Amino acid sequence: MSDLNKLGLADARDALRAGDVTSVELTESCLKAIDEADALNAFVHKTPEIALERAKAADERIKTGDAPSMCGLPIGIKDLFCTKGVPSQAASKILEGFKPEYESTVSQQLADAGAVMLGKLNMDEFAMGSSNETSVYGNAVSPWRRGNDDAQLTPGGSSGGSASAVAADLCLAATGTDTGGSIRQPAAFTGITGIKPTYGRCSRWGIVAFASSLDQAGPMTKNVRDAAIMLETMCGHDPKDSTSTELAVPNFEAMLTGDIKGKKIGIPKEYRMDGMPAEIEKLWAEGAEMLKAAGAEIVDISLPHTKYALPAYYVIAPAEASSNLARYDGVRYGRRAQLAQGDGITEMYEKTRAEGFGHEVQRRVMIGTYVLSAGFYDAYYNRARKVRTLIKKDFEDVFAAGIDAILTPATPSASFGLGEMTEADPVQMYLNDVFTVTVNLAGLPGISVPAGLDQQGLPLGLQLIGRPWEEGDLLNTAYALESAAGFVAKPGKWW
Amino acid sequence: MSIDQSNAAKVAKLARIKVEDDALPALASEFNTILGFIEQLNEVDVEGVEPMVSVEPMRLKRREDVVTDGNQQDKVLANAPDAREGFFAVPKVVE
Repeated sequence: MSDLNKLGLADARDALRAGDVTSVELTESCLKAIDEADALNAFVHKTPEIALERAKAADERIKTGDAPSMCGLPIGIKDLFCTKGVPSQAASKILEGFKPEYESTVSQQLADAGAVMLGKLNMDEFAMGSSNETSVYGNAVSPWRRGNDDAQLTPGGSSGGSASAVAADLCLAATGTDTGGSIRQPAAFTGITGIKPTYGRCSRWGIVAFASSLDQAGPMTKNVRDAAIMLETMCGHDPKDSTSTELAVPNFEAMLTGDIKGKKIGIPKEYRMDGMPAEIEKLWAEGAEMLKAAGAEIVDISLPHTKYALPAYYVIAPAEASSNLARYDGVRYGRRAQLAQGDGITEMYEKTRAEGFGHEVQRRVMIGTYVLSAGFYDAYYNRARKVRTLIKKDFEDVFAAGIDAILTPATPSASFGLGEMTEADPVQMYLNDVFTVTVNLAGLPGISVPAGLDQQGLPLGLQLIGRPWEEGDLLNTAYALESAAGFVAKPGKWW
Repeated sequence: MSIDQSNAAKVAKLARIKVEDDALPALASEFNTILGFIEQLNEVDVEGVEPMVSVEPMRLKRREDVVTDGNQQDKVLANAPDAREGFFAVPKVVE
C-alpha cells in the first residue's frame, strides 16, 4: 500500500488486523510526511524514536490477536498535554525547557491502547486564540489555500497544529482540547471532524489548565467513525480528576447505524446572525434538509440567551485562567527571567511573567484579575456565572421538549488569512467562537462535521450539539449528516 | 465603567505582570474594548438566578486524609529554574 499516512483510523486498524500493513510501516509513512511538511509548522516537537519503539511494540501486540482499536495507529498530541520526558510547553515561552515527569491521563490511555505518538502539535499559547497566531513556535499554517492564491491561511485555533496535521495527512488523527471551540472551529476550517465530549467525560489530569470549568479534551479525525473510535479510548473516569464522571463509556463505534428516523433536530433561530455569509446560511439549510431526508424531524427552537454566551465566556474563562496561570512564577518549572542586581521576589514574578507570557495571554490574565478583584467580583464574575446558568437552562428546556440534537453552523466564516486579523480589536477575533462557546458554558457534547466548500474552495463545517452524556447518539446523527454531505475534498499539496 | 492608566497599572500589579509605563495607555484601551463588550451582560435579568458553580450538579468526592504520594523530591525539582540542596531557590524574600 502506498500513502499509508492518508488512511483514517478505522481503515488502518482493519488493515493492521488483516495483516496487510504493519504499524512500523504506517508510522514511517507519517514520519516521512511530517518531515516534508515543516512549512505547515504543525509538529513542533517530533518524537520519531518514541514512535518507532511504540510501533514495534504494537506490531507484537497485534500478532497476539488481542489488540484494542487504537493499537498501532500513529497520532499527534497537542502540546497542551503533558507527555513524560517530552517537551510540553502549551506553546508558551514560560514553559520553555519543561519536560514533565508524568503523562496526562488521556495520552496515557491512548498509549496503553497501543496508539503511537508521533510528536507534539502546535497550538495557540495556553489554548488562548482562534487562529494559532499566539504560539511561541510561530503560526501553524493550514494546508488549504484559496484557489491559486498562495496567501497562508489559518488552520484555526487553538488546536491549529492538530487540525493542520490531520487535514494534511501527517498523522491519522490527533488530540485536541476545547474550552470555547478550540476543537470544533479548527476542524471546520480544515475540513476534518472534531468532537468535544460532555464536560467530565475525559480526564483533565495532566492537561495544562486554561479554564477548568470549560476545558475538555477530544479527538480530531478524518471522519466520524474515527472520532467514535478515538473518543472511546480517551474517555473514562479518573480518580485524579475530581470532575471526571464515573459513567461507563459505551462502544461509540457500535452506535453508528446511520439510522436517525424520528429524531428531532432543533434549529435555533438565535444562531442566524446579522452579517452571516449567505454561503453559511445556505449550508445550514442544506444540512437540515439532509437530516430531514434521512428521516429526522426538523424543529424550529429558541435558545434566548445565546447572544450573551460570548460576553459571559470572556468573563469566566479569563477569570479561571488568571487563577490557573498564577502557578507560572519562575520557581517550580519553566523559564525564569534574568534578574538585575537587587531584584527581589516580586520583580522575579513580574519580569518572568512579562517575558514568558505572550500578549494575548497577558491580556486575558489581567482581564481575569480585574473581574475577580474586590469591588468588581459581583458586577462581572457573579453576573457572568448567573448568565451561564440561564444559557444552560435554555438547552435543558429544549431537550426537555424532546429535541435530540441541535444543528448550527460551526463557524461564522471560512478560514481567514494569517495576519488578516492583526489590526482588528480582540473582540473581533473572539467572534470566531460565537457558535461554539455556548456548548462549553452548558457542558454539552458538540461535534463539527465538514459539510461543503465555499466559493473560494475552503471547507465549511456544521455543528451538532447533543444531550449530556449522549455522545453515542450525537456521533450517530453526525454519521448520518456526514454520509449525506459526502464531503471528500482534500487540500492540494503545495508544501 | 472605564479603566484609566492608573487602574491598568493596578491590575498589572495584581497579576504580577510587569508593564512599562509607555504601554499603559494601549493596555487601558484594550481593557475598555473588552469590558465594553462584556457590559452587554447588564441587559440580562438575573434576579433570583443562582450563579453556576459546575455544569454537572455533583458533590466533589472525598477520600481519607492520608498520604497517597510522595518521596519524589528529585522529580519535583527536576524542572525548577534554580534548585539547590533539595529546595527551590528564589531571590532573598526577607531583608
